[in-house]
Parts: sequence; C-alpha cells; structure tokens
Amino acid sequence: MNDTFFRPFTDNEFLMRALVAGVLVAVSCAVVGTFVVLRGLAFVADALAHGVLPGIATAILLGFPVILGAVAGTVVMMGGVSVITKRSRLSSDTAIGLFFAGMLALGVMITSRSDKFKGDLTNILFGDLLGVDMTALWWQASAVIVVAAIAWVCRRPFLLLCIEPEIAATSGFKPRRYQSLMLMIVAIAIISSFQSVGTLLVFGMLLAPASTAALVTRRLGAMVGVAALLGSLSTYVGLLLSYHADLAAGASVVAVAVGIFLVTFAAVEVRTGIARRRGAPAPIPVHGHGHAHDHPHSHAHADPTGGPSR
Amino acid sequence: MSGHPVSEHVIVARDLDVGYDGRAVTQGVSFDLPSGALLCLIGTNGSGKSTLLKTLAGLIDPVGGSVSVLGGAPGTQPARVGYLAQRPASSFTLPICAADVVAMGRFAALGLVRRAGKDDRRLCAESIERMGVGPFAHQPLMELSGGQQQRTHLAQALARRAEVLLLDEPTAGLDPNGRETFAQAIRDERARGCAVAMATHDLADAEDADVVILLAGRIVAAGTPAEVLTDDNLRASFGFTGPH
Repeated sequence: MNDTFFRPFTDNEFLMRALVAGVLVAVSCAVVGTFVVLRGLAFVADALAHGVLPGIATAILLGFPVILGAVAGTVVMMGGVSVITKRSRLSSDTAIGLFFAGMLALGVMITSRSDKFKGDLTNILFGDLLGVDMTALWWQASAVIVVAAIAWVCRRPFLLLCIEPEIAATSGFKPRRYQSLMLMIVAIAIISSFQSVGTLLVFGMLLAPASTAALVTRRLGAMVGVAALLGSLSTYVGLLLSYHADLAAGASVVAVAVGIFLVTFAAVEVRTGIARRRGAPAPIPVHGHGHAHDHPHSHAHADPTGGPSR
Repeated sequence: MSGHPVSEHVIVARDLDVGYDGRAVTQGVSFDLPSGALLCLIGTNGSGKSTLLKTLAGLIDPVGGSVSVLGGAPGTQPARVGYLAQRPASSFTLPICAADVVAMGRFAALGLVRRAGKDDRRLCAESIERMGVGPFAHQPLMELSGGQQQRTHLAQALARRAEVLLLDEPTAGLDPNGRETFAQAIRDERARGCAVAMATHDLADAEDADVVILLAGRIVAAGTPAEVLTDDNLRASFGFTGPH
C-alpha cells in the first residue's frame, strides 16, 4: 500500500514537485474558482485562459519570459472587452466571445509560424506538471499569497457582488471596482497555473472543485476550503493515476476533479430523492463550520463577520 | 407627525428629475423629509417610485434638479442609509441561510476588514427577532417562502441601524401577521429618529405616513394622507378611487 500511494512521491523528486505545484494550483483555483462559480464568470474565465495564448506564443518567439507574455495577453483581452462593452451596445458576453475567438486564432497563427512551437504549444495548452521547476513553484506560491490576500480583504464586497451588484453598491462597495479586482485575481490564478496544467486544463481546476464545493457547503469560507481540499485530492489521485497508468499528468488531475464533481452531484441527487420520498424537506448541505447549524429550537444568532463572508 | 421625534431634514429634494440614461421617468419632485418621518410614494407601475428610491440610494444619478441625503450626495454614506430593493436577490448558487443574509446588513458599517463585534451581533439578533425570522434563521434563503424571504430582507435592512431607510414595496408578499410585524418595526425605527421613505401600491401602508407623494411620471399630489388620498387624486393617478 505504501508502495502504491506514497513511494511514487518520495522516490521521485519531479513527482513531489508536481504534487506541490498541483496543490498550489488547487489552492489559488479554489479561491478564485469560488467567485467564478458564484458570480457566473465561467465564460470570461475560459476566455481569459485562452486569451493568454498569443501573448505566451509571442514571448516564446521573441525570447521573453512566458509569464510576461501571459500578462500582456490578459491585459489586451480584458482591455479590449472593457472598451467594446463600454463603447458599443453589445453585451459583455459578445465582447468576451469575440476576443476569446480572436485571441485563440491569433495564438494559433503565431504558433503556426515556426516548427519550434510544436512541443511548446502542447505545454501551453495542457501544461507540463511533471516538468515544473522551482522557479515556477515560487511564482505559484507568490500567486497563492496574492490571490488569497485580495480575496480575504475583499470577501464582503465579493460576496455581495456575487449575490447582487446593487446590494454591494448600497453597502458602500463600488461594484465596478470589485468586479475588476475579482477579474484580476482570476487572471493571476490562470497565469500562475498555466505552466503546470496548461491554459485549457486550468479552466477545469477553476470550475470543478469549486462547483463540487458549492453542492455541499453553504458558506463562502467553507466553499473555498472544501474546493481547495478537493483540488488537492484531485492532484494527488490524478498524479498517482498518471504514474501507475502512464497517463498525461495534468489531464489526469482535471479528469479526477471533474469525476469527483459528477460523483458528488449524483450523491446529492440521491440524498435529495430519498429525503423527498420520506416527505422530509430537501437536505441542507453540510455546514461550513460549526456556526451555521440547524437548531430544532432555532435560537437565532448571526455572525456578521464571518457569516457568509468568511 | 404621529408623535415621532421629527427634527432636521435628512432628505432634501428640489425639482428632482429621476430616470435612466438621461431620460426622466418622473420630473419635478420636491420634498423635505425630517428625521423620524415616514414618506410614502404611491403610484402605478412605471410611475417612478422605484426610480426615485434608487436615486435616493445613489444607485442612479439624478437626471435633473438636486437632492441631498443626510447632507451629502446620495450613496455617499452607506452605513447610515438602508435600502431594500423591490425584488431582492433570493436565488443564489450558495445556499446562504437567512441569518447570514441578515448579517450582511452590517457590512456597510464593518467595511472591508473590521471584525464584527458584540454590538454587530446584537443588532443582527435583534433584527431577526423583530421581523420574526428566528424560526427559519438557519434555513437556506432559497428554500424559504416569498414572505419569509421578505422578512429576512427587511431584517437585513433593520440590522444596518440606519438613519434613513429606503424601502421599495416592503410589504409585498407579507401575510397580515408579517405586515403588522413590519408596521411595528417601522414605528420603532421612527421612534428612534430614523426617517423612512417607502414605495407601495397599498394605500393602507400610507395611512401612518407624514408625507404622501402620489406619482404618475410627475407629482400628482403631495402632502398628508388626508390631503393626497382623495378620490380626485386617486382617479387622476390610478383611474379609479381605490379601496380606502
């Protein structure tokens, strides 16, 4: 058992690094993915994940650090979407879709210019989790700190924004400012994660653990925590699968994360069905932490801090 | 003035035009609302009640004229002004419970990072008690009935401990018991000096008001309930005299 579950990591330094990188990706994607799921930003996150492609490709072509290229790609993408949305009557979805397709096309055009992109393009799209070096790990660790710090400080406006921008505005939090900050941490998570799991698969890590957590929690802090745990578990199981069955590492991790979502979804459906058959109210998702429990005698106590914002 | 402590004007509107994208929905609104007073906005759908409340809340800019809330521009003192939208959000991916929704009423006072203290928790617990939210405080909002959700949102507005409350159709969906609970809460708020401006379709809600404004894209009539809720005015606004 030890040989199957732990030895691969202790015996192979690259696999241990991949595990650390995967956990860092899981944590930053859990924090950001929670808001992506709650605010309904899946499309913009997907577009951002692909929008970095031409920037990365250009950076490789010109010999710049790929991170700089990714940042440039993100800035162009978000700036373009913002200008089109403000200056035309087109919806933001349309603007995002246009830039999504345009940036992806531009990225493919740039990479088609040279044979040297063949390996790099696969890495850009699907990552190279097993080839992560210490520099990438430091980048990811820094990104986790930045993303978590911003999300913690802005937890109240972010939560209100996810519910209804009007509530955020009348609570003194400018919706546009916090929407921009939310998109910024989405971009940071994507840029810092693409080297490990690629621009295509990072989208799965953003959505799958957070969506699963949304099924079984009812507080923001709990959702982030459960999503981080599930993302880390997916990384561990995915890497083991990859090691023992000789499968692509990044894809295995994301496939496990999506698999956990499907299993959880089925379990919640079954539980709801059983509860309905018994005539009881639909089951209430498990609690984030001890505070949000259902008392039969229900004495009301609210925790504004933390309440939903933790 | 119903025996409530009324002093300085907390809302002052002069020739106020409200609307969207520079186009006025309602024009020429002028009134002064003292602290502790109740203003009722009455009118048909689309008469500009909600637009006026949104303007007072700072959600949209005035199209013309001037308005001040607590001596400043609308929306600049969120911790002192509570706002309840006509259809508050109730469907949310995360099944937040009613007590947590009430707790959000303290966010404006807490700001970004300040931790909630005893007073914040006490205000939330009191608001839950006052609006009768206790029995379902720990159930997810989305699983509650429309009336229970409305009580929850009203408790959230009360938890802000505001000096001005802007309520858009606050009694919508409430049963008679809920209406009485709400009416008592509003009486208590006014007794401590909070001014209340609310939009309503229900003429009975306006009976306790200090000022009633009858809207139909403009002010049809403004004054005390007795002055405003006359057959002629109601006919001019609604096309019938109403059940009063």
